[in-house]
Amino acid sequence: MKLIIQNGRLLDPVAGRDQNADLYVNNGLICAPFQPDSTTSIIDAGGKLVAPGLVDMHVHLREPGFEYKETIVTGTAAAARGGFTGVACMPNTDPVTDNRVTVEYINKRAQEDGLVKVYPVGAITRGSRGQELAELADMREAGAAAFSDDGQPVTDAGLMRRAMLYCSMLGAAIISHCEDKSLAGGGVMHEGAYSTILGLKGIPASAEEAMVARDIILAGETGCPLHLAHISTTGSVSLVREAKKRGVRVTAEVTPHHFTLTDRAVGDFNTNAKVNPPLRGEADVQAVRQGLADGTIDAIATDHAPHSFDEKNVEFDLAPFGLVGLETAVGLVWTELVLTGILTPLQAVQKLSCNPARILGVAGGTLTEGASADITIIDPLLEETVNPADFAGKSRNTPFTGRRLKGLPVLTIVAGEIKYRRQESVVSSQ
Amino acid sequence: MFKHKDLLGIRDMSADEIGFLLDTAGPMKEIIKRPIKKVPTLRGRTVVTLFYENSTRTRGSFELAAKYLSADSINMSGSSSSVAKGESLYDTGRTLQSLGADVIVLRHPMPGAPRLLARSVQAAVINAGDGAHEHPSQALLDMFTVREKKGGLAGLQVVIVGDILHSRVARSNIWGFTKMGAKVRVCGPPTLIPAGLEQTGVRVVHQMDQALDGADVIIMLRIQKERQEQGLFPGLREYSRLYGLNRRRLELAAGDALVLHPGPMNRGVEIAADMADGSQTAIEEQVTNGVAVRMALLYLLIGGGAQ
Repeated sequence: MKLIIQNGRLLDPVAGRDQNADLYVNNGLICAPFQPDSTTSIIDAGGKLVAPGLVDMHVHLREPGFEYKETIVTGTAAAARGGFTGVACMPNTDPVTDNRVTVEYINKRAQEDGLVKVYPVGAITRGSRGQELAELADMREAGAAAFSDDGQPVTDAGLMRRAMLYCSMLGAAIISHCEDKSLAGGGVMHEGAYSTILGLKGIPASAEEAMVARDIILAGETGCPLHLAHISTTGSVSLVREAKKRGVRVTAEVTPHHFTLTDRAVGDFNTNAKVNPPLRGEADVQAVRQGLADGTIDAIATDHAPHSFDEKNVEFDLAPFGLVGLETAVGLVWTELVLTGILTPLQAVQKLSCNPARILGVAGGTLTEGASADITIIDPLLEETVNPADFAGKSRNTPFTGRRLKGLPVLTIVAGEIKYRRQESVVSSQ
Repeated sequence: MFKHKDLLGIRDMSADEIGFLLDTAGPMKEIIKRPIKKVPTLRGRTVVTLFYENSTRTRGSFELAAKYLSADSINMSGSSSSVAKGESLYDTGRTLQSLGADVIVLRHPMPGAPRLLARSVQAAVINAGDGAHEHPSQALLDMFTVREKKGGLAGLQVVIVGDILHSRVARSNIWGFTKMGAKVRVCGPPTLIPAGLEQTGVRVVHQMDQALDGADVIIMLRIQKERQEQGLFPGLREYSRLYGLNRRRLELAAGDALVLHPGPMNRGVEIAADMADGSQTAIEEQVTNGVAVRMALLYLLIGGGAQ
């Protein structure tokens, strides 16, 4: 299939390119200009931004094991609708993705029925129980992009050090969800005046920062590339900034909810605002925004965590942590970061595409000739009010219902094929 | 004057509403003092007490309040009902509503549970204590007691001593007394003071002698032994030395200072044995007033004026 995307503003952070130009696609690859013929599709992207396909390096697709929350089909449909052409899925499935067979299963399901590319993340330890290493090399051979025990962080510092040493020969990053459970102490929201008012157990900033500090020290010592998932506090941003200055191979991501919302969003026990790490204070929101602006934070990832309505319609203490993010991410990045001048459009695209691709060691994030034609078109003027009923994903647990967003994905192309098109927005012709 | 479907917390109430509720509790107390303690006000209405935690006085006083007003009342407890079979609070609430409950009085170990229930049913929901969040009827009875003894609440210096971190009574009293114009100090070790508490408008003091200085009202909170096991303080002996109320300390407060305790008391720990029954305490009267305040609550939520 041949495709020409005309009149758009091309944003290619790898090439440092931000200019109006046409983009040519043939056989699933970005290619040199050609003369259209009767088989060529033309897309008019006038007034829109044409970006390399966005990559969300932290999602939960819930398959295998929790298909009532999300499946590879519905999760990748949510990704396509959200403008993402690739997602890295976390291993807290059932069974845990701690072995070659499960990695292969996810890859097979994604190739058969997935709408976007899927990069499985393998567990660091067997069953993510934090006791013995999983077969990391075997999973790597089978296509695991990185390794993480995500929400069950490796408590034993000695084991984490050995995991990093071992992983350093595999060319894959360790992704760490930093949480010292003894400091988190069974908390359910950020520790501060709001947790006090609501009588909910608080999670202090130190629960995150103590483990950020530990893992940075271990990464410095072992040379293993370390990626810090969804950092959320002022102290974490400072630790990463300082480590990068020293040359430690550390990268970090932040979620749209952590750069947008504070602990106030918990309001009257809104379980859709229960997430781990918790929504923090105003100073923390400012700190992660500053970290994005100055390059301390490399990537924006959603931590898309679907849960069913009934699971969230319970006492706050009993509700699972997590919220869905794939279908609101681009709108939040544009509304909260680009329109406010914190990031340029090119920087925003960088943190949503080439940086996460680079950290995961996967292709993507560029519009240069020969690259896979993974393309996201964003309409910077299009506005909508978030309505979970519109979501393509299976679950609706978002704290952003009713929020006005400006700057939305309108067309998602994976390997030259259109996987999502927003009805009213993009004109195309044969 | 009082137009809420539910009573979930003092934080949601205005000073006028609190005052009106306390005014309504006055005549209710007179009913309790009569030889025949029953009026037909809520005849044909149904009150369900749904308790997921043990309670003697709160549960008993809600039940008696309902009976004195001629409402039918039934009790459900977390352990004996279908809750033990894993039924969700939402489903339990819908079931009670289908049985005809006009009011559900909920005691629950988790903060926010009454809010969830209130969103799930049309029946009025009264929070009878939810985790460390709020215990509004306790604060109302405390304010009623103080107002009766002191003639008013504005300008009083109120001190709350003990495990503020886990105390719903402390939180509801902080909101209530502050809204009514009193000044509130809290006192306890830093491990039992929750983060950011000053933002609710209270002063935090760790030395008890300093906290009691000039106090008009002293609210002593129960200390639970399990907090020691959680490493929040070293032991009851030291706790009692630092934060126990005794004769010497009471003299630091205003001459006519009033001592309250929501019960159940640990005599000899947070309050010296001889103090518990002393002339300046109103601990037993608090229990009687609890019934009056809960009658007022039921009346205002589902009685004549409510619909």
